[in-house]
Amino acid sequence: MREMIKAKAIELLENGTVNRVLGWKAGEFFYDLTPGIFTSREEIEETFEYSVFSAANLSKYLIAESRKEGKIAVFLKPCDSYSFQQLLKEHRIWRDRVYVVGIACDGMCSMDVIRDKGITGVTAVEEDGENLKLTTLYGDKTIAKADALLERCVHCKSRKVVVFDEMIGENGEEIPDSHRFDMVEKLEAMTPEERFAFWRGELSRCIRCNACRNVCPACSCEKCVFDNDKSGIAQKAAASDFEENNFHIIRAFHVASRCTDCGECSRVCPQNIPLHLLNRKFIRDINELYGEYQAGSDMDTKPPLMNFTTDDCEPSVVYERGGKV
Amino acid sequence: MKKVFAADIYKVFAKVSQKSKLYIPADDGVSQARFLPYMEGMTLTEKLNTGRSAKDLFFPQVENLLKFKVSGKQIEIVDQRDEVESFVIFGVRACDCRSFDILDNVFLYDEPADTFYKTRRANGLVITLACNAPEETCFCTAFGIDPADPAGDITAWKMADAFYFRGNTDKGNALLAELELVEADEEAAHQQQEAIRAIAEKLPFGKLDLTGFDKEHLMEKFKDPRWAELSESCLGCGTCTFVCPTCQCYDIREFNNGKEIQRFRCWDSCMYSDFTMMAHGTNRPTQKERFRQRFMHKLVYYPSNYGGVYGCVGCGRCLQKCPVHTNIVKVAKTLGGENK
Amino acid sequence: MQVNETFTPTIVAFCCNWCSYAGADLSGTNRLNYPANVKIIRIPCSCRLNPMFILRAFQRGADGVILCGCHPGDCHYTTGNYYARRRMTLLFSMLDFLGIEKERTRVEWVSAAEGAKFAATMNEFVDTVTKLGKNKRLEDLRCAK
Repeated sequence: MREMIKAKAIELLENGTVNRVLGWKAGEFFYDLTPGIFTSREEIEETFEYSVFSAANLSKYLIAESRKEGKIAVFLKPCDSYSFQQLLKEHRIWRDRVYVVGIACDGMCSMDVIRDKGITGVTAVEEDGENLKLTTLYGDKTIAKADALLERCVHCKSRKVVVFDEMIGENGEEIPDSHRFDMVEKLEAMTPEERFAFWRGELSRCIRCNACRNVCPACSCEKCVFDNDKSGIAQKAAASDFEENNFHIIRAFHVASRCTDCGECSRVCPQNIPLHLLNRKFIRDINELYGEYQAGSDMDTKPPLMNFTTDDCEPSVVYERGGKV
Repeated sequence: MKKVFAADIYKVFAKVSQKSKLYIPADDGVSQARFLPYMEGMTLTEKLNTGRSAKDLFFPQVENLLKFKVSGKQIEIVDQRDEVESFVIFGVRACDCRSFDILDNVFLYDEPADTFYKTRRANGLVITLACNAPEETCFCTAFGIDPADPAGDITAWKMADAFYFRGNTDKGNALLAELELVEADEEAAHQQQEAIRAIAEKLPFGKLDLTGFDKEHLMEKFKDPRWAELSESCLGCGTCTFVCPTCQCYDIREFNNGKEIQRFRCWDSCMYSDFTMMAHGTNRPTQKERFRQRFMHKLVYYPSNYGGVYGCVGCGRCLQKCPVHTNIVKVAKTLGGENK
Repeated sequence: MQVNETFTPTIVAFCCNWCSYAGADLSGTNRLNYPANVKIIRIPCSCRLNPMFILRAFQRGADGVILCGCHPGDCHYTTGNYYARRRMTLLFSMLDFLGIEKERTRVEWVSAAEGAKFAATMNEFVDTVTKLGKNKRLEDLRCAK
C-alpha cells in the first residue's frame, strides 16, 4: 500500500497532473507522522510515509491549499473523504484544483492506545500482518493491530471512499452495524444526575487548548466566536464550569448536521475527553427525528439543520424521550 | 539517606498529609496521571509522568487577581489572593523540577517579582522522584538534566522493595527529620542510578544537538526560510503550550458579571491568533510567525536573556500530545546542529 | 427534590417581534396576570435565537428559558420558526444529554391574538421551574456571588 501510494504521488507530480502532493511526512519514529506538502520526487522518496499511523485527516488543509496556484493531489481515507465532500458541499474547497486519490483503509492505530496498554519507550514499529512489532527501550513487544486501533476505527462507520478521481486498493462499503452509538445509548439510559456527573468529570479536565476545534474539518469559520475579542464572549481559559460546558455544547452544536463523525476531535484531545460522544448524540438525534442522514455522503441532500418539514416534531418531544428520571 | 519500605509509603503519605496538603501523581481513571491531593486509598500511578505538568501547582491555569465592586460613586477593590497553605508535591520528575528554575527566572528574579507565584513557591515543598523507566520521547539529558538524580527539596528513588529519600535543602531535611524514617546507606540508591543512566544513554534524543541556538545566531534563526515548511501543518491549537512545563505566557482578562468585575489571569498561548493582540491588530499574522515565536522563545530568546539556559526541559509532553506531531525536536533537528 | 417555598425563579422569555411579543402585549392590555419574574427579550424572529443566548441566560442567573414564536406556518419570514424548531429540539436534547434538567427550557408558539395563552404558558412554566428549584448545573459561580 505504502509503495503504491508513493509511486502514485511521484507519478502525478511527474506527469504534470498536479504541482504538489498533500500526504504524511515521516517523523522521528514510525508513529509520529505529520501532514505535509511534497513538491519533488526526492522529497517523496525520502520522507513520504503511509502507515497505520497516518490517522490525520488531510481534508481541512485543502481549504487553504485549493486556493493556491496549481492543482494539488491528496490522499484520502474513507472517513477523510466524507469530510472532503462535506467541505465541497459548503463551497469551502475548489474541486477543480484538487486531484483526489482514495485509499482503502483497515483502521488506524494510536500510540496513545499502545501506551495505555502499558507498552512504553517505543522507538520503532514494524507492521507484520495483523500485528505490530514494537522495538522499545525495554525489549521487543508485539501487539495486535486490532488492540491498538483508534476508537473511531473500532466503530468504523464506512470503508467507502465517497469521492475520488482514482482509487488505490478496493473501495469498501458502509458498515451499518458499527455500534458507534452504543456509548451514547448507554449514557441516555442513565439518570440526569449520573449524566451530569459523567460530563462534569470529563469536561472539567478540558484545558481549552482548542485542538478539537482547530482539527475539525467542519470547524472552518474564518474567525471563531471564542477567539473574537469583539464578540464579548471570547474565552481563553475555562475560567468556570460554565465556560467549559458552554464551549463544548456550542462547538458540537455548530457542527451538528455537518459533522461526518471523522473522530478527529477525540483523537487529538490531550486530556482524552470523549468529545465524539457529543457529536454522535446530535447525529443520533437527527437520524431518529429527521431521518437517516450522513454528512458528506453526497453532494445534493440538504443538511438537516438547514432544512425542515412542516410536520417536524415539536421540541417538547425531548421531555418524553430518553433515560430514567 | 532515609529508607521507607514500599509497603509503608502510604503511611508516610498519610502522615505528611495530616500536616499539610500533599499532591501525588495518581491515575485519574482515563488513561492519564495527574497530581491529585492525597486521600486515603489512593495509589501512585504506574505512568512515567503526569499528562499536565507540575507547573499547575505553582502557576495555575486560571487565577483570580482582584475584584472591583461598584456602589454609588465608590469603587472598592478587593484583593483576592488566596491564603496559600503549605503544601508538598511528591513524585515530581527531574524535568518538571528543572522547569521551576526556568519559571523562577521569569517570575521571581526579574523585577518585580510575581507575588502570587512567589507565595506558592515559598509554601511548596518539592519531592522529586528519579525516573526508573524513561520513555522514547524523553530528552532531558540534552539539557544537562540527570533523570537519575533530580533536584528538589527532597529526592526520592523507588526500588523494588523500598523508597529512598535524600534531603537536599533545609526545608527538605526538616520534613525528613519529622517523619522519623529509618537511616539508610548513602550508596543505597547508587545501583538504581546506574540502571537509569544506562537507559538514559539509549534515549533517541538524549544527545539532541542544539548548536546554533544562541544569541549570536538570533537573526539568522529568525530569518530561516525553513520555518514556513516546519509550520505548514501546525493547527494553531494550544496543546503544546498548555502541557508544557515551562510555557509561562499569560493574559489578564476581566469578567463582568453585572454586579462586580472579576479580574483574573489565565494561561495564554503564542499559537493563538489573538496572542498579544494590540490596538493596531496582531504582529504575528500567520501561523508561521506564531509557530516561530514559540520555538524561538524556548531555544533562542530565553537562553539569550537568562545566561544560555534553554527554555525547554525535554519532558516530551509536546512530542506525545501534538495532534500533528510537529514538535521541538523536529525544529531543533531541522534548524540546529549540523543543519544550522 | 427539596422545594424552597420562598424561591422565585428568574425566567427569560425570548419572544418573536411579530407574534409572541404582541401576544405578551395583548395579555397586558387584557389585564391578565403572569409572574413578574418573567423577563421578556424581544427578538426579530424565533430563528434569531442563537443557542449561545440560552446558555448565557443560564450563566447569568436564569432558572428557566422559554422561546416564543409564531405558530408553524405563520412566520413573518415564512419559514424562520421551522428552523428554530429543529435547532431547539436538538439543543434541548443535548442539554438533557449533559444532565441539565430539560424542563428548564421550553418552546411555545404564541400568536398575536393569544394573550391568554401567553399568560397561561408563563404561569405554568414558572410553576414548573419553581418546582425544579435554582439552576445549579449551568450557572456560573462568578455570577452568583
